[in-house]
Amino acid sequence: MRVVIVGCGRTGAMLAELLDAAGHSVLIIDIRTGAFDRLAESFKGEAVRGDGTDEGVLRRAGAADADVILFLTEGDNRNIMGAQVARDTLRPGRSFAKVNDPVRAEAYAQLGIDTVCRTTMVADTILTAIGLPATGLPALFARPEPAAGDGARSVGTGSQPAAAQEG
Amino acid sequence: MFVVVVGGGKVGYYLTRELAESGHEVVLMEKDRARAEQITDEIGSIVVAKDGCEGIYLGEAGANRADIVVAVTGDDEDNLVICQMAKHHFSVPRTIARVNNPLNEPLFRDLGVDEIISPTRMILGSIEQDIPVHELLHLAPLSRDFELIEAQLAEGSPAIGRNPRDIELPDGCAIVAVVRDQEAHGIGADTVLRPGDRVIATGRDEYEPDIRRALIGEVGGS
Repeated sequence: MRVVIVGCGRTGAMLAELLDAAGHSVLIIDIRTGAFDRLAESFKGEAVRGDGTDEGVLRRAGAADADVILFLTEGDNRNIMGAQVARDTLRPGRSFAKVNDPVRAEAYAQLGIDTVCRTTMVADTILTAIGLPATGLPALFARPEPAAGDGARSVGTGSQPAAAQEG
Repeated sequence: MFVVVVGGGKVGYYLTRELAESGHEVVLMEKDRARAEQITDEIGSIVVAKDGCEGIYLGEAGANRADIVVAVTGDDEDNLVICQMAKHHFSVPRTIARVNNPLNEPLFRDLGVDEIISPTRMILGSIEQDIPVHELLHLAPLSRDFELIEAQLAEGSPAIGRNPRDIELPDGCAIVAVVRDQEAHGIGADTVLRPGDRVIATGRDEYEPDIRRALIGEVGGS
């Protein structure tokens, strides 16, 4: 599997190492070179400095051919923007955006991007551990299953160019 | 009219003040508390010291009954998300975003932002009009090393009177079109270049000096 990861924080670096060790092809992007210090010496994938919301940077990183692309920077909005760039212009296999604001996480799932919310994940883990009812919110807000054709994208008003490329 | 402005920088500040003075209902969202207090001192208590990117705060500021949401923070990704949340989550009829990186303009448009204001593009436009005609303009990068370049031909250009196919360029460079009288033309056997033509060429960026020499000529001292 070819995986592109944007954001070499704790989560990004951990996933990069695990996927690399499992034999997948991994490319990780971060805007700061220093972030790559988190990667272990044993990491055999590629590390590229650049703005991972920039279409050109993503394209050069081979994101268009990626099976999975993960947006894991510390900025919700950067992740959201990157995931929409990926979905509408690069069209990789699957993309996920980390969105820690549950309101935005849910709203953007409705707009057609899969979002992962650390806030609900941590809250539910703690609530469950101390024997209280969970939040009732998911950790992964999955976009609606595309219906016939390109249903998920038609939720957003910006769907026309993407739909046109569908061919 | 009820307007929610997000981002209390200079643009947001003056915009809010003007709107309030002309009798509109307006709320300004500025996440930096100190900046928000400063603006409150100057224009009154229409400032919400919260992050307008957070869905819950945008709602508290009244986004669900806003006629217009204007996002003028310094970060493109924030402005995009504010407008999308306003539009899709709060059904705001009209959204306006400031875009700082001109390359983001088509993305914003495709993603449903109603109006896009690009200060960078505006200033760039003004400057480029003043650029001497012998300059090459970099229109766009095509890929890692390739660029799309425009050369406006002045009197004295070595290319005047010639067919673009006869102009010697390094291998891997090509003249792809000529823009004349606001229309783009492909290169035909009978194309003859004239002063004022805008020649669109492409090639690896290391060949820029060759393209410049062929289309602009030797530019001394500039």
